[in-house]
Amino acid sequence: MPRTMFDKIWAAHEVSEGLIYVDLHLVHEVTSPQAFDGLRLADRPVRRPEKTIATADHNVPTDGTPAARLIADQLSRVQVETLERNCEEFGIPLYSLGSERRGIVHVIGPELGITQPGMTIVCGDSHTSTHGAFGSLAFGIGTSEVEHELATQCMVQKRAQTMRIDYEGSLGHGVTPKDLILATIGRLGTGGMVGHAVEYAGPAIEALSMPGRMTICNMTIEGGGRAGMIAPDETTFEWIRGRPGAPEDFDRAVEGWRSLPTEPGAGFDAEIEVDASSLSPMVTWGTNPGMVVEVTDAVPDPESLEDGPVNPETAKRALAYMDLRPGTPITEIPLDRIFIGSCTNSRVEDLREAAEIVEGRKVAGTLRAMVVPGSQQVKAEAEAEGLDEVFRSAGFEWREAGCSMCLGMNPDTLSEGERCASTSNRNFEGRQGRGGRTHLVSPRMAAAAAVEGHFVDIRDWS
Amino acid sequence: MRPVEVIRGKVSVLDRADVDTDQIIPKQFLKRVERTGFGEFLFYDWIRSGEIELEPNPILLTGRNFGCGSSREHAPWALQDFGFEAIVAPSFADIFYGNCTKIGLLPVVLDEQHCRLLAEAGEARIDLDDGTVDCAAGVFPFELETDLKHRLINGLDDIGITLQNAGAIDAYESSGRAAAGPVTTAL
Repeated sequence: MPRTMFDKIWAAHEVSEGLIYVDLHLVHEVTSPQAFDGLRLADRPVRRPEKTIATADHNVPTDGTPAARLIADQLSRVQVETLERNCEEFGIPLYSLGSERRGIVHVIGPELGITQPGMTIVCGDSHTSTHGAFGSLAFGIGTSEVEHELATQCMVQKRAQTMRIDYEGSLGHGVTPKDLILATIGRLGTGGMVGHAVEYAGPAIEALSMPGRMTICNMTIEGGGRAGMIAPDETTFEWIRGRPGAPEDFDRAVEGWRSLPTEPGAGFDAEIEVDASSLSPMVTWGTNPGMVVEVTDAVPDPESLEDGPVNPETAKRALAYMDLRPGTPITEIPLDRIFIGSCTNSRVEDLREAAEIVEGRKVAGTLRAMVVPGSQQVKAEAEAEGLDEVFRSAGFEWREAGCSMCLGMNPDTLSEGERCASTSNRNFEGRQGRGGRTHLVSPRMAAAAAVEGHFVDIRDWS
Repeated sequence: MRPVEVIRGKVSVLDRADVDTDQIIPKQFLKRVERTGFGEFLFYDWIRSGEIELEPNPILLTGRNFGCGSSREHAPWALQDFGFEAIVAPSFADIFYGNCTKIGLLPVVLDEQHCRLLAEAGEARIDLDDGTVDCAAGVFPFELETDLKHRLINGLDDIGITLQNAGAIDAYESSGRAAAGPVTTAL
């Protein structure tokens, strides 16, 4: 019987029914301290430190603080220092403050070449779905599961249902992977993928670079999906080749990876088709990623949403929080802040796209704009290309790597009432700062909005 | 984990859909390195602004897709620490649902109509073994996976159960089925 990629990876990792072996565990400072405490209390070691790696990303300052002990915020300092102590005690490699390899956990895995096709990957972070872009099976887990994984190198999992979303055609000019996934979530709703491992397929996906594929898989969780996946191909192999974690016998590894893609005729529990060429640049208007419209649209009337996935009552509250009135054209929404960064859109390619837009231009009026590279390596690479200068000359702040204003655990936050165009993944109430208002967009759309002070349709903006 | 068998008492109602974990426990409270003490920060912004009021009853009744967003287990920790023993909703986000079951906070899925009736009744007895929510409006059945039910009723620790099976993990690792994979300590 023809098998899906999910079926193959699942079968290859099933130790016993419902117990799945994990090939790589990524650890960060926020969801791990209580797990290490649990191990100590039960006197349990980490079973496979060599399949585990840690970094500090969620609440690190992005101002260049060179060492954990120098973090100004006391609670953040304790948390990062705790991670350092735990990794030392349990023998886990760590890239903390001061390391050239530090960065957002979902950026550094692929960057180091340790995210590879066919692997199972877990991390105490919901955006672990990012790694599925390489044809791996990657799950976000909670702290109890982090502890379980550290102790057993396995996770207890019920088999997910499978979904395939087939994107025919190709993305139009100015339309990016971010728009593709936002449009998909807008159509299915934030609970539309619940219980499913989602495979993104079709010519529009095959044409994408690895960063683009990562953006799509990253936001699978915003549709409620358990995992996002894309079949590995030449683009995938070329990304991994030559990176520090790449297999020694690379050709042999590639041979194995070629057997992973879903076989023709394999069945999925749900199948959806999307015409990629019909998609437009997207902008969220509400307080979850499913509340999204095309940039040429207006803020919707909640009453008109009756038949869609967005609950009209939730939409009314969202509009009150966002201080928006139905009928307002998206391009007339004025902005206070711009954030280019996060595990969704902070790779060199994202920064190049944004830099191309702002080159030779200036950030509008009093607007404050910030670029936070996804990793210290991304930062170095961007600086080698002169992107930092492009951003700085335009009036952007150029920061050190971290999760930063995606979730505002560090000092980078929105103030009450501030409105931000953000390349991150969540526009939840208060996510970027209490009372802050977030609109999710692609890096190009964020960059153009920085220049104009409001959203513009990137397709006819020059 | 404390065994869960019967939960009885009043129902607190939070009539909202798609409540995300950023609302349940805002990020500024995730910096603690302990597992306890999160209850006072539950729904911090909504409660402080007077937008909602919640009594720490044994049962919380809420809307569909509850717990969407981040994987932070701090969300179930906060709900449990606040006083809730069971959360009833028409649907839950996957990671949140799993996280609840790891700490003995019982997630109960009831359809929208039964949820409305439960809200009107205001009080219930949830029997995990029978798989029922018993209130003045009727007795509503709910589903829970058999293994999960067994683990919750007996208050069993997942790690303990898996380690009883350590031989199978050893066998898997030496079977050749396991891919060599990248070695993080050699990077």
